[in-house]
Amino acid sequence: MKLQRSGFLAGIALTAAIALAACGSDNTSEPAAGGNASGAAASIACASGSLTAQGSTAQANAMSQWIKDYQGQCADAKIDYQGTGSGAGVQAIIAGTADFAGSDSSLKDDEQTQANAKCGAGSTALNIPMVVGPIAVVYNLQGVDGLQLDAPTLAKIFAGKITKWNDPAIASQNSGASLPDQPIGTVHRSDESGTTDNFTKYLSKAAASDWTFGNAKAWKAPGGTGAKGSDGVANAVKSTPGSLAYVEKSFMDNSGLQGAKLKNGAGEYTELTPDSAGKGIAGAKVTGTGNNLKLDIDYNATTPGAWPAVLTTYEIVCDKGSSKAALLKSFFTYTSSAAGQASLTDLGYAPLPAELLTKVQAAVASIS
Amino acid sequence: MGDYPSRSDNAFAGGTGVTGRHARSAGTGVSPSSYQEPPIGGGGALPQKARFSMESGFRGLSVAAGAMVLVIIVAIAVFLISKAIPAINADHENFLTFKTWFPNDAQPRFGILALGFGTVLTSVIALIMAVPVALGIALFLSHYAPKRLATPLGFAIDLLAAVPSVVFGLWGRDVFLEPVREFSGWLNHYFSWIPLFGGDGPFGRSILLGSIVLAIMVLPIVTSLSREVFQQTPGMNEEAALALGATKWEMIRTSVLPYGKPGVIAAVMLGLGRALGETIALALTLGAVFSISPNIIQNGGNSIAANIANAFGEANATGRGALIASGLVLFAITLVVNIAARAIIHRRREFRDSAA
Amino acid sequence: MSLLNQTDADVVMTPQNIRTKKLPVAVNLLVAVVALGIGFALTYGASIGTWVLAVVIALILYLVGIAVVAGRIEGRRAARNRMWQALIYAACVLAIIPLASVVWTLISKGASRLDANFFNTSMNNISARDPNGGAYHAIIGTLEQVGIAALLAIPLGVLGAIYLVEYGKGKFANTVRFFVDVMTGIPSIVAGLFVLSFWVLIVSPWFNDGEPRFSGFAASLALTVLMLPTIVRSTEEMLRLVPGPLREGAYALGVPQWKTITKVVLPTALPGIVTGVMLAIARAAGETAPVLLVAGGAAAINFDPFNGNQQSLSLFVYQQAGDASRYAPARAWTAALTLVAIVLILTIAAKMLARRNKLTR
Repeated sequence: MKLQRSGFLAGIALTAAIALAACGSDNTSEPAAGGNASGAAASIACASGSLTAQGSTAQANAMSQWIKDYQGQCADAKIDYQGTGSGAGVQAIIAGTADFAGSDSSLKDDEQTQANAKCGAGSTALNIPMVVGPIAVVYNLQGVDGLQLDAPTLAKIFAGKITKWNDPAIASQNSGASLPDQPIGTVHRSDESGTTDNFTKYLSKAAASDWTFGNAKAWKAPGGTGAKGSDGVANAVKSTPGSLAYVEKSFMDNSGLQGAKLKNGAGEYTELTPDSAGKGIAGAKVTGTGNNLKLDIDYNATTPGAWPAVLTTYEIVCDKGSSKAALLKSFFTYTSSAAGQASLTDLGYAPLPAELLTKVQAAVASIS
Repeated sequence: MGDYPSRSDNAFAGGTGVTGRHARSAGTGVSPSSYQEPPIGGGGALPQKARFSMESGFRGLSVAAGAMVLVIIVAIAVFLISKAIPAINADHENFLTFKTWFPNDAQPRFGILALGFGTVLTSVIALIMAVPVALGIALFLSHYAPKRLATPLGFAIDLLAAVPSVVFGLWGRDVFLEPVREFSGWLNHYFSWIPLFGGDGPFGRSILLGSIVLAIMVLPIVTSLSREVFQQTPGMNEEAALALGATKWEMIRTSVLPYGKPGVIAAVMLGLGRALGETIALALTLGAVFSISPNIIQNGGNSIAANIANAFGEANATGRGALIASGLVLFAITLVVNIAARAIIHRRREFRDSAA
Repeated sequence: MSLLNQTDADVVMTPQNIRTKKLPVAVNLLVAVVALGIGFALTYGASIGTWVLAVVIALILYLVGIAVVAGRIEGRRAARNRMWQALIYAACVLAIIPLASVVWTLISKGASRLDANFFNTSMNNISARDPNGGAYHAIIGTLEQVGIAALLAIPLGVLGAIYLVEYGKGKFANTVRFFVDVMTGIPSIVAGLFVLSFWVLIVSPWFNDGEPRFSGFAASLALTVLMLPTIVRSTEEMLRLVPGPLREGAYALGVPQWKTITKVVLPTALPGIVTGVMLAIARAAGETAPVLLVAGGAAAINFDPFNGNQQSLSLFVYQQAGDASRYAPARAWTAALTLVAIVLILTIAAKMLARRNKLTR
């Protein structure tokens, strides 16, 4: 009798499992629903096949949007991008397990050598800047709008040398604002991230004397609060009055946090907009050779209206000899098209500036 | 976190009591394993023992399954050590005394000190909060509550133990953060002269929050184990105390608590074992800062397990090795705590069995 | 002792005198009300805290008050008895609060996405601004991982228990028994790291061109490590409860020991074993850390547990909890509600089964 009962239970479980297995979908049949008419309207030169890719989480949102739009038009293509982290992406391209990788920093010399070797004779692993993610400085302080900060002050705050909101260094830049006698709670990423790397790079270049921790993907300064992922950081700032942090612009937009204005190389306090972010990257120098577009961003650029703290993420891909070259080329042609870039602005990214975009398109065209 | 022991463990937590003795005599007492020897008389009627019979096959299988447990424990140690050693060798700092965690740099620098401190601190605070409450509930369930109330309440406590830790973590971060922040502010306002409650930084995402969430998770284990022990107090002892004119509390103090003491100690240590290994709840509630400070209300705190969950995603080969090394330390700590707890239980069982 | 003290020379031993005086319930209530009143008045009067502090102060005042009042009426020992009783009751109430809060939050926040779409779709092609998206892939992952883990752990665990009860003798069996107990305390993250270093980093490259690969099966292995000791312990206990005469009867009929075990002992103990197995499964289904380390999580449906990343329900909760989208919290809570429902149904079913079990202690 008891045996029957347990058998009965197992039967129910089994039936439930089968019933469940019968009706599930991956949302694949959905065409590009909601979001962007411009992307859907642009005609895409489709290619077929499947791509597996992984890497930077900073561009994961951009990728999922692009993949959705691309697959919506090209039914024969299947692209899978896993946000595993830049390091994992680079490792995957060196090991040959990914068709392309997303990375927040361009390949280092030894990585470039290894990747070239894996790509095959005469082929280079290209670093193609594709997504520009401005880094916002967000804060949670009642009654203070449009906080203005320059890089040395920001560096001192994050280094723990300025601890109160009403510190003279902050007050002198924000005349008229009623700054409270409240401690500043800085929030940083507890996991390693390209955002931290780029933000600390900005601090170390723009405020060299005040930021002594160098730049790295791990947060090296003492104190503050750690939170996992940009979302964790945004959440922590939102729930903690008196806190200050850095996140990608999309997270600032999604969470509805206030963003501070930063002083750029031209000496003006700039608000973060897609436009100012684009100007921030326009001054970047290309250090790679040929179509290998490694960028060196000038954080002290004197371009008027430029947002100084920007992050560029690259796609790393072999330029020749890939069996999937047609699909890679087709996909990147779409992502580097004006429509592809425009579809990202809602997501908190900035479009590539025109001059750089031409170079990127040329690099994509060289894939064969 | 693994485990709160199932109810079936509980019998042993409190010594085997009446049941264990019964069980032993019923079960193993007549096990005919010694039948391998030719039977003494009338043996001709029994089938000849084949060399490779089902019997020896089945026996071999079951011995292998039993040995599997030892194999797994040894394998855990061996594989963790084999992956940890290269990483520790690559470490440019002393693994045991360095306080921060940068294993992914070109020159890896990482150490377990701050993580270990946070792990122990959160667990100890959690137990300080959980144990008195758990003992109170256990006594309530075993000696105060009417049976009609005790059964569903005990059931509810058991269900509390079944709730996955990620749910507690989510609850701690989304719901419980606000009250704890207010409470921390209050503590800081009136008691900032105590180092535990000092500081002026933002509060909430702190050791205190993590510890309270841990305490809630440890509570059911300690409760159900202690309750089992208390229930097994021999009725004679209780009645003797009552007959001497003891009040209920005096009866509990003089007969129930002394009887249950080893079981309670074991329960507390098992709770400690679980608290030390808890991962996700702490990953969601702690402030993830590498520092050693007695302040428990300011944002911050970290633990070995939470750090593994946080840092695993972006770790390279050395980083992974470093995390495995920290896991090895955690394994060693929990192993010691668990062995101590089990040794207490086992020694008590032997003592009771020989006394019986 | 105090009874001796009370015996004054001129007291006549009437029933009223022998029985100690009881504190009237009304007085007890009065003390409680006064304590609460003072607590709130003090807290809000001096504005030093909220109602929580008021209740705490009231509790302390009540304890002091009851000690004084009961001490006057009933004597010092009875007063202490009442104090401890109040403390024990307070502990109970204190423990109920978080439980109630968790349950309430789960239901109120989890209900918002409790729709067909949630159980029918995955997170594939769901970007940060899409409000829909579901946990279908996670449920599949959980079922497969826990199912495989059960397939591995149940035979091993039951056989291990058979060894301990029927065959095991001497030092080795005691060692095994001891380490089974110790193994129940292994943190799940350590089990995850073990499978990571053993299966994912060393074994899986053999099948995958030298590259380590996450898989649902790896998660199953980790869950097996966690389930094994609980299954061994509960099965062992159940087998011990099988009456000896049943075995003896079988032996007397000339049935070999292995057949006795499989045909007599196991069927008798089966309901109890099933209970233990279900509790172990329920716990394994709620594990997050090992899945995070060795299965990796995924956005799309993956039916193949041996190949590629797989999601699980608990990991889905964790990932959605850390997701940027403003729609993620609703998904996280609904998934948490689903997970708790699965775990609780298994647990409650197991306990029901245990209650009907005739082999009780």
